[in-house]
Amino acid sequence: MSARQASAPVIDRVLPIAATVVMLAAIWCVFVYVPNERLQGAPQRIFYFHVSSAWAAFLGFFVAAGASGLFLWRGRVEDDRMAMAAVEVGMLFCTMVLVTGPIWARPIWGAWWTWDPRLTMTVILWTIYAVYLVLRSSARDDPQIARYAAVLAVIGVLDVPLIQVSVRLWRGMHPSVLSAPANTGGIEDPRMVAGLVVTTIAFMLLFVWLLRLCYESLRLRDELHRLEDRARELIR
Amino acid sequence: MSGAAVIAAADVSKAFGRSVVLRDVTLRIGVGEAVAVFGPNGAGKSTMLRLFAGLMAPSGGRLRTFGVAGPDATVRRRIGLVAHQSFLYPDLTARENLLFYARMFDLPDAVERVRLWLDRVALAEAGARPVRLFSRGMEQRLALARALIHDPALVLLDEPWTGLDAASADWLAERLCELRDRGRTVVVATHDFERGLGVATRALIVHRGRVAWDGGLPTVATLEEAYRRITEAAAA
Amino acid sequence: MSAAWRILHKDLVLELRTREALSGLIVLMLLILLTFTFAMDPEGAGEAAPAVQWVTFVFAGLMAIQRAFLLERENGAWYGLLLCPIDRGAIFVAKMASNVIVLGLAQLVLVALLALLLGAPALAAPAAVLLVNFLGLIGFAALATLFAAISVRLRAREMMLPLLVLPLLVPLVICAVEASRVVMNGGSLASAGAWLRVLATFDVIFSVAGWMIFEQLVQE
Repeated sequence: MSARQASAPVIDRVLPIAATVVMLAAIWCVFVYVPNERLQGAPQRIFYFHVSSAWAAFLGFFVAAGASGLFLWRGRVEDDRMAMAAVEVGMLFCTMVLVTGPIWARPIWGAWWTWDPRLTMTVILWTIYAVYLVLRSSARDDPQIARYAAVLAVIGVLDVPLIQVSVRLWRGMHPSVLSAPANTGGIEDPRMVAGLVVTTIAFMLLFVWLLRLCYESLRLRDELHRLEDRARELIR
Repeated sequence: MSGAAVIAAADVSKAFGRSVVLRDVTLRIGVGEAVAVFGPNGAGKSTMLRLFAGLMAPSGGRLRTFGVAGPDATVRRRIGLVAHQSFLYPDLTARENLLFYARMFDLPDAVERVRLWLDRVALAEAGARPVRLFSRGMEQRLALARALIHDPALVLLDEPWTGLDAASADWLAERLCELRDRGRTVVVATHDFERGLGVATRALIVHRGRVAWDGGLPTVATLEEAYRRITEAAAA
Repeated sequence: MSAAWRILHKDLVLELRTREALSGLIVLMLLILLTFTFAMDPEGAGEAAPAVQWVTFVFAGLMAIQRAFLLERENGAWYGLLLCPIDRGAIFVAKMASNVIVLGLAQLVLVALLALLLGAPALAAPAAVLLVNFLGLIGFAALATLFAAISVRLRAREMMLPLLVLPLLVPLVICAVEASRVVMNGGSLASAGAWLRVLATFDVIFSVAGWMIFEQLVQE
């Protein structure tokens, strides 16, 4: 216990600094370092944040599913907290994907929203985990809710490959009138690859930092409840 | 003695979300004991019986029923529970209800046993009527037949005298004594000191989730005295 | 599996005695179908028949599917079931099976109504249409039965079931509609192969997952 308390502040002190430095570097890369993409020009630069957010979102949902599976298996409250924190952070990044997507799409495709397979899949995932949050907040006092939420997170991840395949097939049946730009975002310059790598590292650091913060705030909330209950008992 | 414990609880606690219903219950119930559990409403008697029946898992501590933690199918076969609710399907007849449970317990002579039990609880003539039309007393007698039809080694009863007229209540007390004399382990939660002590070989008082008194078989006067002392000390 | 069969048998006896689920479900399907028709040009409605069919099926089905668990609530019969010496996965199997039977019967009526009211060529290739409907039915029943077991224990149960199930059903709805479109337009089963494969995978994954996860779900 004491070893954990001693080591925790170190990583908590390093993470914010590392995340901030790398994020500043990522911003410099995106706005200054990388060249304009040949066909799309400047708007394509949002791609770096868009893609990095998507990876962070997926990571969050998979961490949530893993922690939920562990929770169902061995029933430890730490696993439940981790699942909840991962969904919250994953939802943040997923929302960023859905915000940056249309901003990118508007100047390039001339429409805010297209039923591009990846965007479609992202929006479906967003709804699944939005329901997760609704479920958790709808019955805060129900002790069974953690179990139900864990079932949803596990089933949600089992659904991901099915969603992916069916959405691809579906868009194959209804080709978009708007010609989609190259799916890679048009990476051809090594500087672009470097930019994407730096941005991704920045987002991963941000992800881990936020995950720790969320987890910690959930732990403190439980601790507060415990102390409140103790106090109430002593008064009684 | 340790091998013969039907129920062995060590520091068992049960919390529903933030409300702790049972705390640090350490208890041993041996084969053939008949334990009467007394305590005011909300003391945790029902939760205790449901834990013993394997309907829920403890939040903390270790609970073994017939030497097994987390009762599996083989242990459940040896448990019978009479709860507040009758567990009977209102739209099935008395006979269909019993037959359903007899078959779920894989009893080889299901039809014969159902006939026998309908006779025993004096419902032979009402056997073809749906439970929906039963009086409270009839339903309670049928619930008893349902819980005992597989001749369980451990019989758990939660306020079984509620809603019975004097004759039926006497009859129930006789049945419980009979079970006790046949070496079955009986745990009965009740408010009724006289009835409880009449069938018991040991008495417990549960108060605010704790076993507050565990003292062999007292007289009604001693028990009343102890009960008053415990509940009033807490109120003061 | 004999435990599952006994629970299923009891549920079917109760359904035959009360006829609460099936009759309500069929009328609800008819009403949703009529509402669709009034919202569209009835002449061109045949074109939209696959979409109308599955949206009708899913929404009406969500209304009916909780019943399998609601009938265990009276007198706490649910706990009586949990006390039985059975593998609790058998409860899931039984509830899913009773939902498959009730929904399947309603689905047959729905397909007939589509042919009758919208002039959909639903009966052009009966075997193919039946197969598509069956695959969609199994997947829906598996997923919705699992989440109905959750939603019946929530306060906002009518609201929560669709919220829980609809996002997860997206692959099933997409594939069932597209496969129905293919076979209703006289296409062979092979030409709907990709859709049917996803549907079958969906069925297997969620039937097995529901059966495996159920024990954890009912634990208190």
